[in-house]
Amino acid sequence: MDSPMLQDKDRIFTNLYGLHDYRLEAAKQRGAWNATKEMLEMGRDWIIEQTKASGLRGRGGAGFPTGLKWSFMPKEVKDRPHYLIVNADESEPGTCKDREIMRHDPHLLIEGCLVASFAMQAHACYIYIRGEYIFEREQLQRAIDEAYAAKLIGKDNIHGWPFDLYIHHGAGAYICGEETALLESLEGKKGQPRLKPPFPAGAGLYGCPSTVNNVESIAVVPTILRRGADWFRGFGRENNAGTKIFCISGHVNNPCNVEEEMSIPLKDLLEKHAGGVTGGWDNLKAVIPGGSSVRLLPKHICDDVLMDFDALMEHKSGLGTAAVIVMDKSTDIVQAIARISYFYKHESCGQCTPCREGTGWMWRVLERMAKGDSSTEEIDKLLDVAGQIEGHTICALGDAAAWPVQGLIQHFRGEIEERINLYRANKAHVPVMAAE
Amino acid sequence: MAARKPAKDQPASFSWSKENKAWCEEQLKKYPEGREASAVIPFLWQAQKQEGWVSIPAMEAIAKQLAMPHIRVLEVASFYTMFNLAPVGEYFVQLCGTTPCMLRGANDLKKICEKAIGPQNHISENGKLSWLEVECLGACCNAPMVQINDYYYEDLTPEIFEDILGKLSRGEFVEPGVFNAKRHTSDPQGGPTTLLDESLYDGSAAKPIRKLPNSDPAPVK
Repeated sequence: MDSPMLQDKDRIFTNLYGLHDYRLEAAKQRGAWNATKEMLEMGRDWIIEQTKASGLRGRGGAGFPTGLKWSFMPKEVKDRPHYLIVNADESEPGTCKDREIMRHDPHLLIEGCLVASFAMQAHACYIYIRGEYIFEREQLQRAIDEAYAAKLIGKDNIHGWPFDLYIHHGAGAYICGEETALLESLEGKKGQPRLKPPFPAGAGLYGCPSTVNNVESIAVVPTILRRGADWFRGFGRENNAGTKIFCISGHVNNPCNVEEEMSIPLKDLLEKHAGGVTGGWDNLKAVIPGGSSVRLLPKHICDDVLMDFDALMEHKSGLGTAAVIVMDKSTDIVQAIARISYFYKHESCGQCTPCREGTGWMWRVLERMAKGDSSTEEIDKLLDVAGQIEGHTICALGDAAAWPVQGLIQHFRGEIEERINLYRANKAHVPVMAAE
Repeated sequence: MAARKPAKDQPASFSWSKENKAWCEEQLKKYPEGREASAVIPFLWQAQKQEGWVSIPAMEAIAKQLAMPHIRVLEVASFYTMFNLAPVGEYFVQLCGTTPCMLRGANDLKKICEKAIGPQNHISENGKLSWLEVECLGACCNAPMVQINDYYYEDLTPEIFEDILGKLSRGEFVEPGVFNAKRHTSDPQGGPTTLLDESLYDGSAAKPIRKLPNSDPAPVK
């Protein structure tokens, strides 16, 4: 409990909660659009180098270094235009951070779109926002209209880089958060992921060189350039740089979004900002630290784990989107994971057989296990099926469906077995269920 | 996968309202020439806003407009779960049932829906309400929550939710937003633990930056 808290002066999203005006003039007062022209004058190599040097890793879940991703774009624009696509399809269960950026601090995002597009020589950028975020879309559009009117962006703007920014929206498909599914969707098709290669930097939107970045990754860039790569890199442990918006949900006294330093101890994060676990720390059962796709952590790991990419990876979990889902001892942990399995069953695009068939199978088995209507052998069968899905699909949705199940069995196998024994003990004879 | 099929009863035809026709023209300007198919999701969405749901004649009209085969539009409309392929209530309640909402009482809200409206995908007798359990709506710090038509109703309790449904059923308007007086949006209830430094808002951040960090040497022009 003695780690120093990130200071307000080092927070990037100063209107995270919408307590202040989101519009242009107020955003400028908070620092947006300050020295943007000077950044562009330093040239695109400088922007990419500074972004690399800041240690910024993608905030959408995979944690790929943002500056490095930008450097994959062709150096020269040839016959095909370049595109930046901002992934605002925030759908990972537990995650609600990009929403706050779009409705409360939209100008940081718009400025980031201009700077990143310039760095990659894109004259057009699409922000792909999930269909359900209608208010956020309207609010962001109002901010974009203001930026056009003030000539901050547009074909003829004060920054000297002709630039159009468009909002495009989806219509309820988690899979469109996967970058190539998003591109398919933006082209007017079903959101089914593409085989890679070719990677988007070679052939992305409309077959043109494209880069897809998360909202938060893009929105932090202008502030990093204003304050310096070393400033950003000064937060968090080596290789886990920066500040990050954490979304804290579930069994805490005060669920909230909060921008904190990377590598903050999980316990500090929950106790300082979310009012602690309901019923106290000892009432904690488990935490899913990075959105529903990562493996859960039982309490004994939560006691001292740090919230960053590497620390969570060491426990075979992940930082993901930094969506922290807290479960206290009242939680039916099997049912909680079964509901996550239902989510993946619902959201599988149906393209790859292991995922299309496997997600439904895992869900049905877990629903029975939650009641105890299973056998100890079936736990191994479930683990085996999860392993067959993991790594055998075009995109990571298969992995994302398998990991929570593997995490449940790894850490709570005893509890599942107890439940099975109890169920069977109350019955004279239980036929062994055939796996469906 | 969510298996979804168009409704049996379909209208005879579909046509855009005058405003929506103009809206469509504006939308097409966002995409390069020859890439008009990109507008299919926004068009289907606008058709749904106009009619309440997406009918086969609407899909056919959009297909023609965007020079796409009909089946490609049906494929899109059936893939994306926000497209209602059958009519819904005047107020369509989409209840988030995914784990973060479930942990904070979404199942209790489901019971309210069943009591006040009936089973899922069933329109209440007065035509005002219907509901559907949906997957994570991305407002997890304000769970449990629902989306009613376009907007979010957050931090709900069974009592508050029942009251909202009652009002909507009687034709009264209910302002969307957060239903917890102790917080504004996704700040912790009882007051933020961060962003309290007033100098963030006094304009000092807008002072001209003379020189960006790490900007030596400046590039040769």
